Order: sequence, then C-alpha cells, then structure tokens
Amino acid sequence: MTDENIKVIDARGSFCPGPLMELIAYIRDANVGDVLELLSSDKGSAADVPEWVRKVGHQMVASEERDGIWHIRVRKTK
Amino acid sequence: MNILIVGGGMGGTILANNLARRLHTELHEHKARITVLSASERHMYQPGLLYVALGRMLPNELYRDERGLLEPQIEFHVDPVEEFALDHHQVRTHSGRVYAYDILVIATGSRIFPEGVPGLKENAEFFYTEESALHMYQRLRQFTGGRVVIAVGVPHKCPMAPLEITFMLHDYFKDRGLLEKTRIHYTYPIGRTHSLENVAKWATPEFDRLGISYETLFNIKDVDGRAKVVRSEEGTEAPYDLLIAIPAHKGMEVIENNNLGKNGWIPTDRLRLNMDQRDNVFVLGDTTNLPISKAGSTAHFEADTLAENLAAMVKIGTPVRDYDGKVFCFIEAGKDRATYAMFNYQNPPNPRPPTRAVHWFKTAYNKLYWASARGLL
Ligand SMILES: Cc1cc2nc3c(=O)[nH]c(=O)nc-3n(C[C@H](O)[C@H](O)[C@H](O)COP(=O)(O)OP(=O)(O)OC[C@H]3O[C@@H](n4cnc5c(N)ncnc54)[C@H](O)[C@@H]3O)c2cc1C
Repeated sequence: MTDENIKVIDARGSFCPGPLMELIAYIRDANVGDVLELLSSDKGSAADVPEWVRKVGHQMVASEERDGIWHIRVRKTK
Repeated sequence: MNILIVGGGMGGTILANNLARRLHTELHEHKARITVLSASERHMYQPGLLYVALGRMLPNELYRDERGLLEPQIEFHVDPVEEFALDHHQVRTHSGRVYAYDILVIATGSRIFPEGVPGLKENAEFFYTEESALHMYQRLRQFTGGRVVIAVGVPHKCPMAPLEITFMLHDYFKDRGLLEKTRIHYTYPIGRTHSLENVAKWATPEFDRLGISYETLFNIKDVDGRAKVVRSEEGTEAPYDLLIAIPAHKGMEVIENNNLGKNGWIPTDRLRLNMDQRDNVFVLGDTTNLPISKAGSTAHFEADTLAENLAAMVKIGTPVRDYDGKVFCFIEAGKDRATYAMFNYQNPPNPRPPTRAVHWFKTAYNKLYWASARGLL
C-alpha cells in the first residue's frame, strides 16, 4: 500500500475530544481494509489506541514516535 | 470588501457583531459590507436544552430574535444557502438569490444523526433539539424507576454533556424520591469516563460515591428495542428501561451536498481557520474538522480571532494572529455544583473540584450569553 492510500487524521493538540475519539469518529465511515494514520501529540495514545483496537477487533499496523508526534496506523477489519 | 457569513448561530453572530464594531468606519463609508444569511429568524441558546430536558428551563427562554442581536449595520436575511460556488465566489440561497462575496465565512453548525445507528432513533431519548428535550422531560415525568443507561456517540457537540446529564439525572431522581428504585449506568466510548484525563480523574470517584455504575470502551453499535438492550461495537451489551443517548453528529447536509467536507465537516486550517486550499473562505464552530471540542466557547474564541484577522485584512491587507485552540467549558456536577475546563492546543485543562459558586456563574451565564452573542462580553 502506498502512502497516498492512507487517510491521515491529524489529532495533534487534541485534548478534548482527544486522538482516540477522533479515530473512532473516522473509522466508522472508512471501508473495511482501509488504513488510517492517526497523528497524536499525546503519548497516552500509544497505549489507548491499541487497547481499543484490540477490543473492537481492528488491526494495529504500526506505531512510532517522530519528533514528539505519534504516528499510529490502524486497519479497519470489520 | 464584501464579507458574507453563512449561519446565524453562536459563531456567525459573535463574528458579525465583533467585526461590525471593528469596521465601524469602513461600514459607514461603504468600504466594507457584512451580510449574515441564516436558516432561522430565531437564535437558540442550545446549552439551555440540557435544562429543558430536566424541566428547569422552558423552551421560550432559549430564543431571541436574531435581527435584534445583530448590530444595525449588518445586513441579515433568513434565506438558507443551498449552493456554494466557491470558484465563482458566490452562493445561491433557497429563495434563488445569488450573493457574491470577497470573503466567505461558513458557520452552519452540526446536528445529531441518530439514523446512523440501527434502533437508536426509535428507542432512545435525546436532548439535543427542542422537540427531543421536551419528549425526554415527559418520559422522565412518567418514569417510576428502573435501569437508566446513558450512551454516547462520536463525534458530538458539547463534550461535557454526557457527564452533566448523568449527574443532573442523579439529582433529579433523588429529588423525586426515585433513587432507591433506579440504577444509573454510564457508558463512554474510550477507556476512561471522560476524554479529558483530569476530568475523568474527578468524575470516576464521583460516580463511585453516588452509586452510578459505568462501562468504558463502549461505542453504540445498535439498540434492540424489544429486548431493551443497547449493544456496543466492543461486543458487550447494556440492558435498559430508559435509554438516554447523545447520538453521533454530522455537519449540515448542505455542506455534504456541495462536497465541502465528508459528513459535513469542512477541512480547516487549525491556525488561520481558512478552508483548506481556499484563501478567502473561513470556517467557524462545529462545522470545522478540527480535532477540538465542538462547543459554543470554541465558536466564540474562533470568532474573536477571525474578527481580528478579517478586520486587519480590510485595513492592512493581512491577518494578524493565529487561533491557539482555546476552549472553555463549564461542567455541571449535579443540580447545584459545577466546575470548568480551559485548554488550548498546547495546554491541557486542570479542572478543580466542583463548587456552588461555579454553578451559579454558569446559571448567570445562561442569561449573560445574550450579551456575549451581541459581542459585549
Ligand atoms: C444540549 C446542548 C448543550 C450544550 N452545552 C454547551 C455548553 O455548556 N457550553 C458550550 O460551550 N457549548 C455547548 N453546546 C454546544 C454549542 O451550542 C454549539 O457548539 C454551538 O452552538 C456551535 O456554534 P456554531 O455557530 O458552530 O453553530 P450553531 O450555533 O448551531 O449555528 C448554526 C447556524 O447556522 C444556520 N444554518 C444552518 N444551515 C444553514 C444554511 N444552509 N444556510 C444558512 N444558515 C444555516 C442555523 O440556522 C444556525 O443559525 C451545547 C449544545 C447542545 C445541543
């Protein structure tokens, strides 16, 4: 998959509703198989997002920090 | 300079009035013109709906005549926009009129979209419109006890509403002598009781103290009205006798129909507030896609920034400051105590324990709002 196919959700600086809420809002409308990349400046996202993804049954693709910003990729599986 | 504002709600009204003051001379000399187009001749103070749902305010208290709120130099028409022709710098309205602009501001707000979840519209009570808030109040009057479930969709405006309605319902049932026979169960989409960590830290022990049960990581999947259960995407379910929901929101249909943004959320620059790829189109309030609270205070602070910038663009040809992401929200913690959260893109909020004083300030703000809409506060 090329980077152009990845929908980026820019949730930097979001305390409320917060990065995970942003992801939840967008993933509902994504197609099964789509990869979403969440940008977050909150280190809590590195734990929150995988916890939720596991519970719902989507798939974690990647999670890395670059210059204080977490880039978290999730594939919608259902 | 022809400035056209679409939407006469919180953001549009505060912007128009603030701008009219800054451009007093230019308006007088016909060097600038401000026009507001709205879908209603009335302006609703939406936060009041929370009180209507509990019988503590009546609907008529929530409305003022929009024309009366606007500075006299502002041109105002109740004529909703149906077509945005951004390449031609004009919009077409319901009446068929075409309005040209040099600068366009879109502030059309957001709406609940319960239709997106099977069974939700038919089986849940809401308080996000006048009609639904009144309906909810009737249901509460008839309620004699049972299991009350609060369920929350994403995104929604007023991030504090899930907690506020829960604490206020607790006190409502207590006052009516129904608490013994009632179990309040709060659900929330992420892994704690509120999106703001410090608010969750305060709310969770409050729930424990008041005997309110809660389930986190609960995103509404569907509602089975026969079995009286609400099911979550995460695979759990909550049985209810009375289901109170804050449905997920969308922006207005006109935004989607004109392909300005998916689900009615317009891609907006977080600092300049212009629509992506458009230098003369700005976006305010709920209808932006910014990752910040959809709240009246957000619309207000954005409007303050934009008024300063648009006035500067008229006077010196360039904007003068960035929006810093500022939001301020009151949080009602029951019928007579409240606290607040203030934050921006850089600084998280740190709410203090609720007090009576903050509650009375919120009660006063419910009236003071009209001064704020006029741009006086
Ligand atoms: C129950 C409830 C409680 C709330 N509590 C709080 C609170 O405590 N604190 C807080 O800060 N916020 C609160 N809010 C949120 C707040 O009311 C909104 O965030 C705020 O009104 C958003 O302002 P806006 O200008 O974006 O949209 P709105 O105020 O909704 O205004 C939108 C305007 O656009 C007009 N319009 C729509 N379509 C068109 C069209 N096609 N053409 C022209 N005009 C159009 C409408 O007529 C309206 O005038 C609450 C909301 C609700 C429902």
